[in-house]
Amino acid sequence: MSTRSTPPPPSVPPPGVEKMRADRLSAWFGQKRALKDITLPLVEHKVTAVIGPSGCGKSTFIRCLNRMHEVVPGARTDGQVLLDGKSIFARDVDPVRVRRRVGMVFQKPNPFPAMSVRDNVLAGLRLSGITPADPSRLAEEVLRQAALWDDVKDALDLPGGALSGGQQQRLCIARCLALEPEVVLMDEPCSSLDPAATAKIEELIHELRERYTIVIVTHSMQQAARVSDYTAFFNVGELVEYDHADVIFTKPSDPRTEDYITGRFG
Amino acid sequence: MPPRLHTDQAYEGELRRIREMLLMMGAKVEEMLGQAMKALVDRDSELAEKTLYIDRQINRLELEVDDLCLKVLARRQPVASDLRFITMALKVVTDLERMGDLGVNICERVMELNEEPPLKPYVEVVDMAEAAREMLREALDAFVAGDADRAAAIVERDSKVDAYYAAIFRELLTYMMENPRNIYRATREQSIAKYIERIADHATNLAEMVVFMVRGKDIRHVGKLERRASVRPGPAAEPVADDSDASLRDLAATARHKP
Amino acid sequence: MRTELDAAYSGRTLAARAATAASCIAVAIALVPLLAILLYVAQRGLGALSWSFFTSLPKPVGEGGGGMANAIVGTLELVGLASLIGIPIGIAAGLFLAEYRTTLLARVGRFSADVLAGVPSIIVGIVVYAVVVVRMQRFSTLAGALALAVLMLPLVARTTDELARTVPDSLREAALALGASRWRIAIHVVLRTASPGIRAGCMLAVARVCGETAPLLFTAFNNRFWNESVLDPTSSLQVQIFTYTMSPYDDWHAQAWAAALVLVAIVVVLNLVARRVLRGPRAA
Repeated sequence: MSTRSTPPPPSVPPPGVEKMRADRLSAWFGQKRALKDITLPLVEHKVTAVIGPSGCGKSTFIRCLNRMHEVVPGARTDGQVLLDGKSIFARDVDPVRVRRRVGMVFQKPNPFPAMSVRDNVLAGLRLSGITPADPSRLAEEVLRQAALWDDVKDALDLPGGALSGGQQQRLCIARCLALEPEVVLMDEPCSSLDPAATAKIEELIHELRERYTIVIVTHSMQQAARVSDYTAFFNVGELVEYDHADVIFTKPSDPRTEDYITGRFG
Repeated sequence: MPPRLHTDQAYEGELRRIREMLLMMGAKVEEMLGQAMKALVDRDSELAEKTLYIDRQINRLELEVDDLCLKVLARRQPVASDLRFITMALKVVTDLERMGDLGVNICERVMELNEEPPLKPYVEVVDMAEAAREMLREALDAFVAGDADRAAAIVERDSKVDAYYAAIFRELLTYMMENPRNIYRATREQSIAKYIERIADHATNLAEMVVFMVRGKDIRHVGKLERRASVRPGPAAEPVADDSDASLRDLAATARHKP
Repeated sequence: MRTELDAAYSGRTLAARAATAASCIAVAIALVPLLAILLYVAQRGLGALSWSFFTSLPKPVGEGGGGMANAIVGTLELVGLASLIGIPIGIAAGLFLAEYRTTLLARVGRFSADVLAGVPSIIVGIVVYAVVVVRMQRFSTLAGALALAVLMLPLVARTTDELARTVPDSLREAALALGASRWRIAIHVVLRTASPGIRAGCMLAVARVCGETAPLLFTAFNNRFWNESVLDPTSSLQVQIFTYTMSPYDDWHAQAWAAALVLVAIVVVLNLVARRVLRGPRAA
């Protein structure tokens, strides 16, 4: 049931509905090709992890999923990304709307320092020009979803930067969830966090999958093994192997995957 | 293609050490079996007694392998082939240790038999032991070479050893029925044959674990027909879950069909 | 080896101490003019300060008393109006320079702002005279405010530009990922984050402009009475100081000192407020 990038095979869809799909997706930074014909499904209500060495294109890949890649000067894409079967690159599609459906959490927590915790949570709505009907209720609900409510319920007016690293990252997740996205992209969300904070975020990811579809880029194979349902291994801009996480970590098909995950980096 | 080495040399060294110790254990079992048969044929109880003590070395190695495997699991978080190797090593080590114990039992029976004149020339038993030794040797070679096909072939040979045992048992039975005074020696010889048969079973387990280690396919507890089909290199590894689901379903189906 | 390092270490310590001493002396020397100004002005000006100074209009020569009420109000009007014009435009320009920094327009704009900041204020005054005063056929507060605004503009724009650039890109990315459009990001994220610094920068620009005399000579001119509207010429502390100092009358000289004291006080207060603003929110 593994899929490879070239030639795109008639891949057997994994059980479950495809929420998003990359179809022969390629991406460039100017002349440099960062992604080569990636064909990859993203199953709804599951966690898909993308692993691979530095420079393999995994961050570029998820940035294509919410059309953040094209913001970089000189960047372009080719191929398709489908969200619920419809292309996100279509001419009549506004990238801003795509980003509201496909949210993103970054490697280094980046709450807005000039805003309070409450304002941070609601920032997504305000930045979109939406006034929430019941801001306090919404903020509480989303902070609960992000497992942060108990920590900050008495400190909602503190500036965003006053929280610890792990709390800041959960605040960023809450901020992302406030827009009610369908897909949540996470670009190495735990890289700058300590093990305890990382564990909390991983637990959170586990709970969030019931309501959202999650794609997580990580350079920790153990994290991918712990957290993901499906794992994709990228190398030098190509999709080398995609399969259930159980299979990838017990008996991967491609020797390159085997070498990478067992630590044979050559 | 020569296997790539781990970037972490210490890790590579640990895995190598485990491999070496397993091979050493296997070699010692082979040695025990060979020496025991020699002690039987040459009626050399001294040799039998010396051979007994090889088991101690095997037991020591078992402890070392277990310890090292545990360390590797804790510190290296192995995945994929490394993980299969470690789990295989942990299982195989018990098989090898049991083989050592069986060797001890064989030596004890040999020493008992040597006190009496032989019932008949010990031909079949020696052949049987040789077959079992072959199986073990093949299994260890397949393990070193990472050759799943060779390992799979060994699994077939277990039936030959079983056949040997059946024949020896039938023959000894006739001896026992002939003359009650033969019973002591006949039962001792039958015991030896039984032990050898169990050594062969353990060698089969080893072979099955080698297939798992190499292919990621668990062929234990699969019937002979399925085994032959599943061990052939096919398309990319199917999840193991399918097999157990299939067999469970079959089990449920047959249970339903039985009145 | 060890003794060499030790010897080098003690040599370096000596050099470090000498450098520290030298910089302290330099700072002390730099402070001297400031202190001199403050003391001198205070000494000379305090004497002439009185209630009437703040409340009454200038009296003709010969009559005693009189004050600079209209000048004070005029200064505040000019600076206030200039800020009203200059600050919003300056901030908007600064944001543009920061957010679109790689475009040609931004590069031209940044260069122009730097040049404009270096143009002598008297030239700005002459130009505004030619463009506004001559057209309108009158000196006016408006013209004066325009001239001051033009002087403020590059300062505010460049400060905003620099501070907006200190806002880390990660915040912009976060806002982008939340589905914000660029202008919303510029206002709600960049401006909001950099606002303490921008506010401080504006205060400093205002403080600076408080001291510009030359452009006012050609634009707001002077007025011995209250200015009725924005279209009238107005008095200002700066121009009054100039006028009174150039005069031969002693009591006018004294008033000039007082005016100088008031002006310096305004500048000092604005600077203090700017620093407080810069430090304030961050201390939370």
